Amino acid sequence: MAEMKQAPAGASNGEKFMTWVDNRFPATKLWNEHVGEYYAPKNFNFWYFFGSLALLVLVIQIVTGIFLVMNYKPDANLAFASVEYIMRDVPWGWLIRYMHSTGASAFFVVVYLHMYRGLLYGSYRTPRELVWIFGCLIFLALMAEAFMGYLLPWGQMSFWGAQVIINLFAAVPFIGPDLAILIRGDFVVGDATLNRFFSLHVIAVPLVLLGLVVAHIIALHEVGSNNPDGVEIKQGPKDANGKPLDGIPFHPYYSVHDLLGVVGFLIVFSAVIFFAPEMGGYFLERPNFIPADPFQTPLHIAPVWYFTPFYSMLRATTDLMVNVLAVIIALGAVLNLIKGQGKSKVVGLVIAAVVIALLKTFEAKFWGVAVMGGAVVILVGLPWLDKSPVKSIRYRPSWHKLVYGVFVVNFVILGYLGVQPPSPTGEMVAQVGTLIYFGFFVLMPWWSQLGTFKPVPDRVTFKPH
Amino acid sequence: MSNQPVDQSRRTWVTMACAAGGVGGVATAIPFVSTFQPSERAKAAGAAVEADISALKPGEMMTVEWRGKPVWILKRTPEQVAALKSIDPQLADPDSERKPAELTPEYCRNTQRSIKEDVLVAVGICTHLGCSPSSKFQTGPQASLPDDWKGGFLCPCHGSTFDLAGRVFKNKPAPDNLEIPPHMYLSDTKLLIGEDKKA
Repeated sequence: MAEMKQAPAGASNGEKFMTWVDNRFPATKLWNEHVGEYYAPKNFNFWYFFGSLALLVLVIQIVTGIFLVMNYKPDANLAFASVEYIMRDVPWGWLIRYMHSTGASAFFVVVYLHMYRGLLYGSYRTPRELVWIFGCLIFLALMAEAFMGYLLPWGQMSFWGAQVIINLFAAVPFIGPDLAILIRGDFVVGDATLNRFFSLHVIAVPLVLLGLVVAHIIALHEVGSNNPDGVEIKQGPKDANGKPLDGIPFHPYYSVHDLLGVVGFLIVFSAVIFFAPEMGGYFLERPNFIPADPFQTPLHIAPVWYFTPFYSMLRATTDLMVNVLAVIIALGAVLNLIKGQGKSKVVGLVIAAVVIALLKTFEAKFWGVAVMGGAVVILVGLPWLDKSPVKSIRYRPSWHKLVYGVFVVNFVILGYLGVQPPSPTGEMVAQVGTLIYFGFFVLMPWWSQLGTFKPVPDRVTFKPH
Repeated sequence: MSNQPVDQSRRTWVTMACAAGGVGGVATAIPFVSTFQPSERAKAAGAAVEADISALKPGEMMTVEWRGKPVWILKRTPEQVAALKSIDPQLADPDSERKPAELTPEYCRNTQRSIKEDVLVAVGICTHLGCSPSSKFQTGPQASLPDDWKGGFLCPCHGSTFDLAGRVFKNKPAPDNLEIPPHMYLSDTKLLIGEDKKA
């Protein structure tokens, strides 16, 4: 048993109470480690709002979700009408529902910007690999959560979106068709599917998500935050108490700072909720105001905007694209044969041969799924793909900014194409876009080392105002 | 940690206890995972359905429900039937050779993929990701379709195209022709979908 501490003589009742608690639960210790004495670099900029905003949106989603469940009915015959009931008859129900539906899109806006910040400043590099990996898992859980939530209103887009994504699993060789049946619980998307998605959406995935968020934050607070300069403040000069001179306690400095971000965010968020909750069909798609009809696919079916870049890559993977991939892998093996040395030559050749054989064995449909999954999973590899000698974009060669610019524009174009109906031109552009997306990551070990890097300062750059 | 030597017999018992516990844990997971399977009620809902096609005129299509899926019954015009052979080179599997056991019953392994030359019976679910393709019977140039379009189906999800025999065009996301369900004629105008003479 730990030693019982005594409050100093003449202590206030508050202090006495906290001493009593701290002898039984590490409240003060936890507060200091994660808030009061968590030293964050003092040079955070605009990009650093999005972590705390993601947490805010998570809270909004959980609270609004709890209230929606009170009136929603997870039954194929009742679901659509119960959502309309929430919208029309439940007092203020429309507001709670629009907060939840807008919150889903806001979550992805905030998380995409949060991830891009990590990309810009190399926040995934040593020692923050696990912070990044927990983050990638959060992104995956978020995608699952959003996908399953979208089935619940049981509109046309809910139904057919689920039909398409579940059939993706049917493309897995050998076990695919049985796997799809196991997910649906029926031979077609139906009541059983709706019921289980409801359970997963409101209980299972949120629990996983919360656990991952805790792991993400614990890992972050263990290693300390990165900053726009990519300088480790823990290795810089320290004050008499051993605290980094370039760090400031999270509370009150960043708690107040983040409050500014929260206010800015809530202004935009409220504007969307009150004036454009459907966002012109991007946040809530129009076919979803028609009840699910298993015999009639809407004329144009597209996922919600946040999935469209990945969906574009799925659509781009045709037989032709598989052949292009095979040729690229063959060229890579040949290049390795010329430039490589020793055993790696043979290993490269064997791997390439196996991959090409697999590419030609399984159908393009499966590879479409593999490409879409790979586009998300490849993010996990970033800490090891990036071999740049500096972390932050600030001290990389200027043309690296162009590379990141191309990556972002390409991602947006892929997203745009994913919303559009299929067309031959769109398909070709998406195929090039897919190659650019993967090229960015796969070639990163090579291009991230190229160019003249600028000297990194010993301390963070900061202009007090 | 103590410096005493490891008591091997205790170590063995601990290992065995953990292994037995692990087996119990896995065994407990089986009923939970099993609940994901289709229920008995869902399995029972797969009976064959009858369809009366006496009112169907050439060029018209009707849809019936079988196992929760749309089944199309299309009465093709003589011109449409005649055009089928000419598009063979543009198709991925014109002679229905892929996965014949699942997709094309023996009595439909012909150019028209049907028992009667003019009546196509097909499951209206795209073999790519399960959307229901839309009818595009109008010939000639139009959005999302080639200029020499001779009539067929276009899947709105990923742009796969099928001809009027449900055969998939080359270089499209859908890997296979549309499924032809087992079916038979009870009379000249009455179809039974879900069962054939073999069964």
